[in-house]
Amino acid sequence: MQLETLPSQLLPGMDWIFQVIFTLLFIVFVFYGQRIQMYIMVREIEGSLLRLKFIRDEGRKIAIKTIKEIGKPEVDPVERVDQFLEYITIPPESMDPSGIVWKLEHILDVREDRFKDEVKLMAPAADETNTNNLENTLEAAAALNMIYKVIRHFYILGKKTLSLYIIMQIQMILPLIMREAEAYASALKAFSIGQPIGDGAGALVAAKLMHGHRKKKIEKDCVVAKVPLEGRTAYIIKAEGPGGNVGKPGEAIKRVVEKNDGKISMIVMIDAALKLEGEKPGEVAEGVGAAIGGPGTEQYKIEESILKHKIPINAVIIKEDIGDAVSPMRKEIFDATEVAVERVKHVIKERTKEGDTVIIAGIGNSIGVGQ
Amino acid sequence: MSEETEQPTRRFSSIVLVVIIVVLALSLTALYQAYGLFLKEDLTMGYYLLIGFIGLALSTYMLFQTRRRMQRFTLKTQPITTTTVCSKCGLKNVRNFERGDYILKELGPCTKCEGTMMISAIYREVTQKGKEEKVFT
Repeated sequence: MQLETLPSQLLPGMDWIFQVIFTLLFIVFVFYGQRIQMYIMVREIEGSLLRLKFIRDEGRKIAIKTIKEIGKPEVDPVERVDQFLEYITIPPESMDPSGIVWKLEHILDVREDRFKDEVKLMAPAADETNTNNLENTLEAAAALNMIYKVIRHFYILGKKTLSLYIIMQIQMILPLIMREAEAYASALKAFSIGQPIGDGAGALVAAKLMHGHRKKKIEKDCVVAKVPLEGRTAYIIKAEGPGGNVGKPGEAIKRVVEKNDGKISMIVMIDAALKLEGEKPGEVAEGVGAAIGGPGTEQYKIEESILKHKIPINAVIIKEDIGDAVSPMRKEIFDATEVAVERVKHVIKERTKEGDTVIIAGIGNSIGVGQ
Repeated sequence: MSEETEQPTRRFSSIVLVVIIVVLALSLTALYQAYGLFLKEDLTMGYYLLIGFIGLALSTYMLFQTRRRMQRFTLKTQPITTTTVCSKCGLKNVRNFERGDYILKELGPCTKCEGTMMISAIYREVTQKGKEEKVFT
């Protein structure tokens, strides 16, 4: 049986039906092809939006449940949590960029103090560690809320205006946004029970180096320990754990440099860094420069400080993707911290002399990491 | 926001399920009819074959789509392992993570010697899904 005659043989005398169907389909696709394509994209966004809503709602539920469990609030914290999820931070005006770092730092300080106060009001029974963890939990829930609202905004706008380009833009970046949202959902769970996260790899390296030595609180939420290391004196700095905390390592480094009158032979910074696709999680790499993320204020302070005293700065990074960075620490990253410890020792031995003073700063969120 | 979140998240529609089942049943009937007509060498079996296959394909597709959506609507929980170790005799113990655990936390005396037990590691093990890209290493 010839394939092209199959319809007419199966449906004798009905060839015209097929011709009409094909002609209609052709006309429909010529005039409405783009609109059909748009409806398919809208459906796809709708599906992702439902998933985002689910993640956002779950995040909110986890945050409320954790506050009730740990904080033992006298009044229902739901209303306060909902208010917290809607908080905004307005960055300083950058038309005249001079001094913007300090303005931004001030705004971020105010924000953090406000968040801490809010958490204390919501969870009066929480200790300092749990207060920090709850703050991180709520911040992750707020991030999920914001992602959901932004995508919803473009979805509704696209449907209202029937603009293919608005819909197309959001549909194209949707896989990346979904990855980020899933990562925040994992982070939220980790923060709520105080599990170490991938971003804490740098802090863990510092913790391993300072373990068993006397620690002192330094600057905002950081600790420093003076440790003899490979015949050198090392000031090890990290954010204070085990609560969720990144501290102000830039300020801490600046203080240690000033305390030693700038007589620091080298600074080594260890941090988690985003890997490229194809790279393995937990790969350790070396380089130069201030290995620190965030809004840039701490990096600025470190760079100012090292420039003033001409201190060489080295970086050891542990590679991971965004999902690993904010979700519970995976084994490969944990194992990589041992490799990083050895690399730090190697850098110090190779690039400084015995008797020198060095600073080693482990950057990252110290949730679930003691010292 | 609270107003919105009080609504349950849409997970699975029973109406969709009923529609799928009905379409599936009708397509199978059409195919059966086609088989009957084929035995009688009646060429009108073509209509039934066409309807049967289209219905079957549609209902299967809808079923898979609904299943996929159902699977996507869960938040995965990953098992986290806590490793405790004695600083003196090296006695190692691996257990599930508990709230309050943190790396370098001292847990108390060792059950074997006079040393102190300490949490040495907390991590999750990831099992790789599917084949890894090995061409561009």
